[in-house]
Amino acid sequence: MSTALVTDLAIFVLALLVGVEVIGKVPATLHTPLMSAANSIHGIILAGAMLIGVTAGGVVGYLLAFVASLFAAANVVGGYVVTGRMLKMFRRKAPEPVPAAPAKVAVAAAAGAPSDTGNGRKPS
Amino acid sequence: MTSFQAVIQLVYVIAAACFVIGLHLMNSPATARRGNQVSTVGMVIAIAATLVLLIHYGTVKPIGWIALGAGTLIGAGIGLYSARTIKMTAMPQLVSMFNAVGGGAATLVGVYDYLHTENLPGGVLGTTTVATLLDVIIGCVTFSGSLIAAGKLQGVIGGQPIVFRGSRLVNIVLGVVLLGTAVFMLTTASQLALLVIALAALAFGVLMVLPIGGADMPVVISLLNAFTGTAVAMAGIVINNWALIVAGALVGASGGILTKLMADAMNRSIPNIIIGGFGTGDSAAVLAGPGGDAQVKSIQADDAAIQLAYASKVIIVPGYGLAAAQAQHAVAELASVLEEHGVEVSYAIHPVAGRMPGHMNVLLAEANVPYPQLVEMDEINPEFPRTDVALVIGANDVTNPAARRPGSAISGMPILDVDKAKSIIVVKRSMGHGYAGIENELYFDPKTNMYFADAKTALAQMTAAVKTLVA
Repeated sequence: MSTALVTDLAIFVLALLVGVEVIGKVPATLHTPLMSAANSIHGIILAGAMLIGVTAGGVVGYLLAFVASLFAAANVVGGYVVTGRMLKMFRRKAPEPVPAAPAKVAVAAAAGAPSDTGNGRKPS
Repeated sequence: MTSFQAVIQLVYVIAAACFVIGLHLMNSPATARRGNQVSTVGMVIAIAATLVLLIHYGTVKPIGWIALGAGTLIGAGIGLYSARTIKMTAMPQLVSMFNAVGGGAATLVGVYDYLHTENLPGGVLGTTTVATLLDVIIGCVTFSGSLIAAGKLQGVIGGQPIVFRGSRLVNIVLGVVLLGTAVFMLTTASQLALLVIALAALAFGVLMVLPIGGADMPVVISLLNAFTGTAVAMAGIVINNWALIVAGALVGASGGILTKLMADAMNRSIPNIIIGGFGTGDSAAVLAGPGGDAQVKSIQADDAAIQLAYASKVIIVPGYGLAAAQAQHAVAELASVLEEHGVEVSYAIHPVAGRMPGHMNVLLAEANVPYPQLVEMDEINPEFPRTDVALVIGANDVTNPAARRPGSAISGMPILDVDKAKSIIVVKRSMGHGYAGIENELYFDPKTNMYFADAKTALAQMTAAVKTLVA
């Protein structure tokens, strides 16, 4: 077994343990974004696809480089964009009320209540 | 290692650190967006470093640049387009497609490395091959399995478990072929053998996912996610690239954690899910239950609206039916009308509701429901006894009290204690069975009223009725 392989295996095992520890107890709210984020991270395979180019010389090599980089680029770009899109939707409070706000809100606003109660929701 | 390569490796370490920090920030909704940004920065650094490395080597031929450039641009375009336009209800398919292309790319990197190094003096025998083999096998299983999963989720392939006679035998044969050829390749370099392995692994991926039904999809997607990560890590070992190894291992860990969470939430082991769904084996002994002669009470929008409007606490229990009917905005509107009327509304989220981990949370987030209103199972179950109305929308097996008793197909599965609420309204299209293929005893409970309609229609009618009532 070469030194490089031993080092690689050590990195793999340690990173696996770091992953388990760091991700830990993710709230169910974030299960989909977590998976999507993990999805974009394995898009790093784009780096691997690019490195094919270093030695590629024949038709097969070029073809593999093309398909691999296409797959990987779709993975990495799509993954990050969709994760961002999803996370943007998660919010702690409801959005600001539309013009036709219920009377409650008007009263709260008039009383100079902080804006975080002025969302048409009962203070909990 | 030249000092230049050392610098590149160090940059990869920085990128890997970004991935770790990014994933860690995903532990809380408040920091999750920053986590994604940190992770993006890591990715940009890693890709830029690789580009610098390619330029530094100076061996990439013009056609190579064209192949890489065209592939990257087209791929990026496809990724960007699908990520921007995908509907939130179709997220599980997209996640599955990203698993497929990730696994596919990892396979191709391994295949290329094999074809290339085989021509070098000394061949590729020995330990390097183990990583290559694992890369190709896991990558191929992920690729075909994820495509099938996406097809099932999209409805291109039937969502029901698909089994045929002798499928288990075929699996065993494929397993033997894989193992035998792999052992053969450890001592003999052969492109043909690699092809056999790739084809067998592709077939195995198809056969692995076909018999798995819709409700088990959260487990399957998580598992395929873990596989993709592992395949990428193996590709990293093959080409000796730290960034790939670390990133792949992280994804493997996250997919593994999710797989276990999902399997626990169904009280099933992962092998049990992989081997076959409910109702396909002899385990699904259907209980006679109270279903035989018990009566089901049906209800209309007006009556449902009265119950909801005069309640002080309502818990909404969404399931896959909500996603299938694209009714997330309709339910959010009903909830906000009730809240304006002073009713306390929250949502009970079962871990495996929907088709992927956290499916309901994403849908309701899209409908602007604040996430503190979405309550996890363990937290909300004690709330049911002091709840006036539990409104079940498109959820079935996860509310079946039969799970508490031994002897049913879902015994031992953690459920939402919907039956403990003071009254229950179930919105459902028909009395059809859930995925487990058994009667839901909840529907025969004297406290339960069935509202037979499509979720979206039913919610719109109830919202209108509540509005008239409180106006």
